[in-house]
Amino acid sequence: MWSRESLEAMGERWTGRVQRARDAIRPFRRRIVMFLAVVGPGLIVSNVHNDAGGIYTYAQSGAKYGNSVLWSLIPMTIALYVSLEMCSRMGAFTGKGLSDLVREEFGFRVTFFLMAAILLVNLGNVMSEFTGVFWASENMGVSRFISVPIAAVAVWILVVQGTAKWVERIFLTFCVVYFSYVISAFLAKPDWLISLLHLFPPHLMQYVPTMKQFVQVPKFDAQYAVILAALVGTTIAPWQHFYLQAAVVEKRVGPRQYPTTRNDVIVGSISCMVIVFFIIVCTAATLYVQGIHDIPDAQTAAIALRPLAGKLASLLFSIGLLNASLFAASILPLSTSYVVCEALGFESGIDRKFGEAKIFYTLYTSLIFLGAFLVLALGKFANTILLWSQVLNGFLLPPVLIFVLILVNRRDLMGEQVNSKGFNWVAWISTIAMIGLTLVVAYTSIHDLFVHPASGIR
Amino acid sequence: MLTATELMGAKTYDAQGNYVGKVREFFVEPAEQPNRVAHFLLARGSFQPLVARHDQVAAIEAGKLELNVPERALDAYQPNEGWLAVTKDLLDQQIIDTSGRKVVRVNDLDLAEQRTNGNVELRITQVDVGLPGAARRLLQGIAPQRMIRALQNRLPARTIRWEFVNLVEPDPLRRLKLRITHEKLEDLHPADLADIIEDLSPAERQGIISSLDEETAAAVLAELDARLTTQIVEKLDPEKAADILEEMAPDAAADVLGGLSKETSEELLDEMPGQEANEVRELLEFDPATAGGMMNTDFVFVGDKSTRDEVLEWMKEQDLNLDQLDTIVLLDGGAQFSGSVPVARLLLAGSEQALNELKIEPLLSVQPNADDKDVFELFDKYNLRMLTVVDEDGRPLGVITVDDVVSKLLK
Repeated sequence: MWSRESLEAMGERWTGRVQRARDAIRPFRRRIVMFLAVVGPGLIVSNVHNDAGGIYTYAQSGAKYGNSVLWSLIPMTIALYVSLEMCSRMGAFTGKGLSDLVREEFGFRVTFFLMAAILLVNLGNVMSEFTGVFWASENMGVSRFISVPIAAVAVWILVVQGTAKWVERIFLTFCVVYFSYVISAFLAKPDWLISLLHLFPPHLMQYVPTMKQFVQVPKFDAQYAVILAALVGTTIAPWQHFYLQAAVVEKRVGPRQYPTTRNDVIVGSISCMVIVFFIIVCTAATLYVQGIHDIPDAQTAAIALRPLAGKLASLLFSIGLLNASLFAASILPLSTSYVVCEALGFESGIDRKFGEAKIFYTLYTSLIFLGAFLVLALGKFANTILLWSQVLNGFLLPPVLIFVLILVNRRDLMGEQVNSKGFNWVAWISTIAMIGLTLVVAYTSIHDLFVHPASGIR
Repeated sequence: MLTATELMGAKTYDAQGNYVGKVREFFVEPAEQPNRVAHFLLARGSFQPLVARHDQVAAIEAGKLELNVPERALDAYQPNEGWLAVTKDLLDQQIIDTSGRKVVRVNDLDLAEQRTNGNVELRITQVDVGLPGAARRLLQGIAPQRMIRALQNRLPARTIRWEFVNLVEPDPLRRLKLRITHEKLEDLHPADLADIIEDLSPAERQGIISSLDEETAAAVLAELDARLTTQIVEKLDPEKAADILEEMAPDAAADVLGGLSKETSEELLDEMPGQEANEVRELLEFDPATAGGMMNTDFVFVGDKSTRDEVLEWMKEQDLNLDQLDTIVLLDGGAQFSGSVPVARLLLAGSEQALNELKIEPLLSVQPNADDKDVFELFDKYNLRMLTVVDEDGRPLGVITVDDVVSKLLK
């Protein structure tokens, strides 16, 4: 006869097996990996931040100063590479995410405030992505009250319900569509040689005898510094570091695979800057030449392109913007809730049921829908959102970079893989430069917000 | 009940009531008692820190510690590898919850006071991994004690009893000194243990795998993500790695070796006993995308003329892995494949019935160079649980089971 105990024991074993069968599939892990299947994490992380805010800033700097801001792209590529490489190296050699390391080395309280800040800043970033959707769709003649909710629902479904195949295809498409900016730039018919020449600092090039006549030397004043700062501020964002390191860990990159990942980070940093180059060249050849120096938002840039470079160029510009916004909106909320939950010890992952990972789901869902809702509710004040998002990013970047530099130089964590002396010099100099420049952005944005609230952006 | 956070920073007074210092850290000495707080580190500003032993403590409350000895009876602090430091080694670190079978991060520790003659001892009762601990860590020293207590009583608790806590320590020497064993882990199902190991950092994974017995280690490695398995085996001591591979099924061992560099793989094969090594070598020859690359050379075969009773008698004597056995391969007089019999059919067969009469139709087998897609199709079409791989002469080389197909499809 069966005794009650033996039946219960059997029942327990049975549920144990069901549990294991479910765990064995681990969709979230697969998903995180499949997000990275086609393109490496370095490429994704560099391209994703060419988002709505980024594109607007690039377009605006091209309109305002023409080719003469292009020289900043090379040092920016180096700074971007240096800061991202440190995180990927930490991920590969410690096997721990950046938020985990901060928690283990700096304690709960520091981690809590850092995570709270990241949550707030990334809500701002998500909002600026939906603002991008709103700009792009209105240029294509679709009301924002239709496009933004659809985008929010689509992003939510893609991540929670998407199968590997679909996510892979969609992400690949996202990466390819960035080329729309390359085409837009060609349609704008710039003088390519002159643009390429400006990749070298014009302040120096004007002393090269035969070059002098071609070089456009900007006046180095406060306005120009602000534009440079805005470029840097939108290019290097705090959340990238958390995302990249988590992705490297999830992808199980070890010391042996590390060289490949470093190449991926190099390719990512360069390809991102190539896109930036084309955006700036596009607006420099059209808006700047025609004397349209101030554009209040990216939508205006797209509209202004119409008579100058043709309908197609304008449409491609909007498509690029929509693409970038959706790409970032698919990755930001997920990676944010994942990083926050992991650091604070909450259950996370889309393979868990809602009841098992309430906080994770609540964060993820509210980042998307609160972000979308606020964008619709604020409507015409969308520019303000972008400004705030830049200010907050600027304030968060210094502590994050300093944490990264402290951790990457800890011999007990990294062993022989701590920064070399030369690398540390480059890293600290670019960190201090970035901190300085982002603080300039933050300062001027606050100035604009409170002193000239009606003047739009700068 | 006290918590580690409440005790941290407690003001300490000696037997005469003189102020000594603040509690900055406390230690468990697992070699003596697994859960007793054995030493309190007392910080005294710029003076050398002192250590109070468990039997020197007269009374403890949140924020206050009273000693039963004068200050001069205390020892100066000397770092000791055999002491488990609560703040440094436990708080905010990851531990393994062996009852819930997962990796969690420690927010706080719950301590119980135990009165013995003349002194008070603290014992760790459970680890707090939930919101109450988090709230306390956040607010301690900022908000009044009573408010924190009231708040944490409202929050849902998530705790793990100390007996179920398995510490993770990558350094083997320190592990020995702290008496950390992985016996509790060996009782877990290998698939659960594999999940736990995937959540840890590489150094911690290495520490756990190298301290498990070979059989468990082999079972866990077979369940792990292929890339992780490669990383772990690469870093193991070759002798240990060979011992673990020996315990694995030949096809699983071949999969692991296939991911390693040629030299490492050869080195490990040389360490393995001849017969096992040869089986694995043969398997390594096959392209992973073919039937040969998926098959397992460990299978049960009997002559097709033998009766059910003979087979059962024979099976009793063999050391077979019964959990995995569901089909028996039949050979004819020329050692050629003649069919296969599901074990379930043996249950209902007559005792003198020959296995020949029990085999399933149609008679299916593939050659080792068959494409893996063709294998999947056969499994799907005929609802197979096992398929025999035969050479050109029709002699069985190995079998592909449905779990080989599933893991191949999920890759």
